[in-house]
Amino acid sequence: MTLQTNSSLQTELLEVSIGPQHPSTHGVFRLNAVLDGETVVKLKPVMGYLHRNHEQLAENMPYLASMPYTDRLDYLCSMTNNFAYALAVEKLAGIDVPERAQYLRVLMAELTRLVNHSLLVGFLLNDLGAWFTPVFYAFREREKILDFFEAVAGSRMMCNYFRFGGVKADLPEGALEQVKKIVQNYPRFLDEFERLLAGNEILRSRCQNTGILPKDLAVNASITGPMLRASGVNYDIRKADAYSIYDRFDFKIPLGMVGDVYDRYYVRVLEMRESVKILEQVLKQIPGKGDILSAKGLQAGRAPRMWKPPAGDAYGRIESPKGELGFYLVSDGSPKPYRYHVRPPSFVNLTILEDMCLGQKIADAVIILGSVDIVLGEVDR
Amino acid sequence: MNIQEVKDDLLKAIPNLQIEIEGNSFIIPKEKLLSIARFFKESPKYSMDYLSCITAADYLAKGFFESVNHLYSMQKKQGPIVLKVRVPRENPRMPSLVSLYRGAEFQEREAYDLFGIIYEGHPDLRRILLWDEFEGHPMRKDYVTEDQDS
Repeated sequence: MTLQTNSSLQTELLEVSIGPQHPSTHGVFRLNAVLDGETVVKLKPVMGYLHRNHEQLAENMPYLASMPYTDRLDYLCSMTNNFAYALAVEKLAGIDVPERAQYLRVLMAELTRLVNHSLLVGFLLNDLGAWFTPVFYAFREREKILDFFEAVAGSRMMCNYFRFGGVKADLPEGALEQVKKIVQNYPRFLDEFERLLAGNEILRSRCQNTGILPKDLAVNASITGPMLRASGVNYDIRKADAYSIYDRFDFKIPLGMVGDVYDRYYVRVLEMRESVKILEQVLKQIPGKGDILSAKGLQAGRAPRMWKPPAGDAYGRIESPKGELGFYLVSDGSPKPYRYHVRPPSFVNLTILEDMCLGQKIADAVIILGSVDIVLGEVDR
Repeated sequence: MNIQEVKDDLLKAIPNLQIEIEGNSFIIPKEKLLSIARFFKESPKYSMDYLSCITAADYLAKGFFESVNHLYSMQKKQGPIVLKVRVPRENPRMPSLVSLYRGAEFQEREAYDLFGIIYEGHPDLRRILLWDEFEGHPMRKDYVTEDQDS
């Protein structure tokens, strides 16, 4: 026995399996942890409970038919999933997008970011033991945005709103007023949320210096999204690639200093404020009338079973609320994709979960997982 | 970035290299994958510090798997450089990138799981999405599902 302890008591390592249906695992996700007392010495994530081989399904159907399936990847952010897939196909087939549709896309993507970050902050507080009070505030605000999604796309969560070369439907009457109201009132909600949480003693002492992710490791481990920026790396695909029309908006990229759970929480709060800023600019700039689908896009949607993009491959990526969401497509010139691959942000962000948890208490491992922001529909695909 | 220029830089740094350009990507021999990736990662001009996406594709008719790697630079905000490695379907072995990029760990496990490509040098090459007892690799084009109706 080589175990070194100060006391004369012999201690043994304990293996604990958390999940796959534990509420703190945010879905059907399992953590195999080895504990020394309460300290984590080894931690292996186990996933795949929701695996349905999404990629193979997509390879057996026409391009457009996969669009509603992308809603089910990250089921909280169906709009941004649609966005990334549409972008990849547009790159593959060289389809342009009309002006008004671009604005509608950004509008939807940024509202989705608000939804995702509000929920994440709420659920993180759940993991900390503030059982469902913050989540209810988040759900209240989310509901207003989902009402808008329903008015435009016909569905609250499974929006299926984007089309190649544009979007499915124009805004109904009065919808723009609805968004204006949401955007106007959102800062007030964020203030309220912040007053409730940011200075909170328990939140601070639990989250600060917990689960630190160093800058170098974050870059090396392909971490993206708010998690990367909490570690202080200035990388946002909205700026780096300036896809769609993101180069027209003035917004900042909030960065963390330490890279702990608190930074990951706070970066998301600040990102919501930047999203509100983008939304205000969208509302000012959006053209009053215009096409929502380009001619090439119309062609692709008219007979989707017959539509064939030229042979070749393309990788389209966007800054989804969770990080880099990419679609890699290979076309052989037939109506179905020869290869269809999703690069999911939360799957890749789990790579260094063990590194962040080692040496921490098991109760902290739960909030570290919460701060990664995973949705199992996307992790498992 | 002009792909021809990138190729010239690469040939200068690594002599006797057999690479082809196809579209906007490089087809490289698997023995050279690590040294090429290291060049792009460490050269100050490119500093491709971020491995975005690893995946594979099965080209059944041509008899090979293609491993596709997208490199970007977070520092210089540029990219991508796409490296494709082709390995024969009968013996799909290629070097792992985990020693250079930690981000390859789960993505290579996924490609192993679904395609059966063996990444040599990977620290923990196990199935990740399917269960350990699963037989076969379902993303291969010749994989037959149990209840296939056609």
